[in-house]
Amino acid sequence: MEHAMKRKPFPWHLVVFLAPAVLVYTVFMIYPMVASLTFSLFQDAGNGRQVFVGLGNYVRLLTDPLWRDPFWNAFRNNLIFFAVHMTVQNPVALLLAALLVTRVRGAWIYRTVIFTPAILSAVLIGFAWKLILSPTWGIWLPLLDRLGLGDNEVAVALLGNPSSALLTLSLISVWQNVGIPMMLFLAALIRVPRELVEAAQVDGATGWRVFWNVQFPLILPTVGIVAILTFIGNFNAFDLIYATQGALAGPNFATDILGTFFFRTFFGFQLRPGDPHMGATVAGVMLLIILTGVLLYLYGWQRRVGEVQY
Amino acid sequence: MWKRMGIVLLAVALLTAGMASAERLVIESWRNDDLKLWRDVIIPAFNKHYPDIQVVFAPTAPAEYNAVLDSKLQAGTAGDLITCRPFGKSFELYQKGYLVPLNDLPGMEHYTAFAKSAWSTEDGRVTYCVPMASVIHGFLYNRDLFEKYGFAPPKTEEEFFALLDAMKKKAPRLAPLVMGTKDQWESATMGWHNIGPNYYGGEAGRKAFLAGKEGFHTDGFLTTYRVLARWAPYLPRGYKAIAYPDAQQMFVQGRGFIYPAGSWDIGVFHQMNPKLRMGAFPPPAPAGASKRYISDHPDIAMGLNAASPHKEAAKKFLSWLTTKEFAELYGNALSGFFPLHNFPVQIKDPVAQTFLSWRKTHEGTFRMTYYKLSDRKPDAETDLWTASSSILNGTMKPDEAARWMECRLSSWYAPHRHFHQELGCGQ
Repeated sequence: MEHAMKRKPFPWHLVVFLAPAVLVYTVFMIYPMVASLTFSLFQDAGNGRQVFVGLGNYVRLLTDPLWRDPFWNAFRNNLIFFAVHMTVQNPVALLLAALLVTRVRGAWIYRTVIFTPAILSAVLIGFAWKLILSPTWGIWLPLLDRLGLGDNEVAVALLGNPSSALLTLSLISVWQNVGIPMMLFLAALIRVPRELVEAAQVDGATGWRVFWNVQFPLILPTVGIVAILTFIGNFNAFDLIYATQGALAGPNFATDILGTFFFRTFFGFQLRPGDPHMGATVAGVMLLIILTGVLLYLYGWQRRVGEVQY
Repeated sequence: MWKRMGIVLLAVALLTAGMASAERLVIESWRNDDLKLWRDVIIPAFNKHYPDIQVVFAPTAPAEYNAVLDSKLQAGTAGDLITCRPFGKSFELYQKGYLVPLNDLPGMEHYTAFAKSAWSTEDGRVTYCVPMASVIHGFLYNRDLFEKYGFAPPKTEEEFFALLDAMKKKAPRLAPLVMGTKDQWESATMGWHNIGPNYYGGEAGRKAFLAGKEGFHTDGFLTTYRVLARWAPYLPRGYKAIAYPDAQQMFVQGRGFIYPAGSWDIGVFHQMNPKLRMGAFPPPAPAGASKRYISDHPDIAMGLNAASPHKEAAKKFLSWLTTKEFAELYGNALSGFFPLHNFPVQIKDPVAQTFLSWRKTHEGTFRMTYYKLSDRKPDAETDLWTASSSILNGTMKPDEAARWMECRLSSWYAPHRHFHQELGCGQ
């Protein structure tokens, strides 16, 4: 009895271990975020002073046609950008992972090669693709000529046509990033116990059925994580578009996504000075969009598939 | 011993006194490309006349200049001489009291009212920067290719398009007009601003526009969009994805005939391909035009920081900028940046000379969207980039683009309010 009455000592070691991370995270993530959100509630009054305007900037962003139209344009483009990643990048990554897990010969070579672009800077990727597709000296035009498509207006200027530019950039981004979900899927597939796969095979299941009925259900949590990582990455994207199309995200804002819209608003462009307060407002809305997506994921997906055990 | 110490002390005192009398001027600028030129050529030339004024050229990166200068001026640490951007930005500095009026500066009479307009108050009464250089628009052409195919530079709009047709027929593998639309600004700067003044009538047209008598959708302004649209079939294959550096490369490699240019390209092209033989012709005249115009855009000037402790020395330097000596040094070191003085300046580069000679035969005006029309959002200049490139890309009709721009401008520019209703904008 006496022994049990004794209070546990305060777990100081937890504080010691957590403190550095909490401190760094607070200084570099939480404080700037709160400061930026506060900033979005003010507006310049001229003469260098700031006035509190409440949600005025947000109302302006969503109602004033000068702000609303480019904002929704960027949002719509961002949705398309995300949709391409979800329908191309992630299925292809899953397919590649499923192939690689069967231990094809030289799997490590494929793994390395496919992953390499993901570790390169987007500026480099953008520049390389700009050169490849350049009508002046790229290898793209000679290729089109061989295929007899040299007269196709859209194909000769993939990055210059409003109809093709966004799709082209999305696919470049897919090409660059496909290695990351592939690795995540691969890691999950490797963790699936071999007995389960073998038992299914003994029962006479084909490779196709083994994949869809045994392996895929067991990696569902990873599918969710990949989806949410894609979502966050896409709605924060900026560098590739900026590197290939510039801050104006041409042609005629056809490739403008929230990141480039934010950049122009915050830092200004050419003759127009930046508006840091409206910029912070755009950043606030971006945070809200990403937060909504993450919450939907947490409550709608992870809770349901979180119980998968093996 | 004490005596010797005394001599040393006296010497030190004399030296410091001497140093204090030599004044030190610091120049703020965004032209970091020209650092060597200032240090080795311009400042030594100035020191021949004023050996006791020490001048330091201290540039910042172009993209950061405006912001850095603002914070330096606010903190009171900015240099004595401020390099002035044209129009809005410098006017803002003058209004805030950072720049000193320079009307009485000896030598200011060496500039025309037009040259000073980019750095003067609206009524033209106060000028706060000494104009240094402008850039001129026109067309560069590849002399070798022209001679090979027997072409001559066109004089009128009709000849221009006939020539382009002939080029397409005779040399289908070469681009008649070397320009891309990917970076968007070329379409506006080398396209619209280049040919526009001939159609809307230069300064008179620009002033009528500012006063609300003309709009983007009327007369010459509308014609400019329509003529620009006719360029599209003569641009290189895949022009929609061709960026500014790509077009420059294409031209110096001899893969096209004509390059819609800004004069600053001359120096760049000489460097990229010293063997390239270039010629130049001004924007072709429209049918029935009696007077001809060019875009002669004041780009760079220098003003005096109101907080400078060395105002007299700084004024001596600014006065020296108004001399023929400076004009010739500067204009020849930077091919394509033309001095704004009203006396003749000897420019040695023959292509740059051609550009400069147009000042005698043509009336100059600057890029009309830079003054006032880009002070607020949506600014006319960025809109013009979008509109001009969309016209050439075929995604906007010229008339549609003109109306779109006028609706955007008249939404905030008071003298154009009436157009907003007339055009039925926002419906």
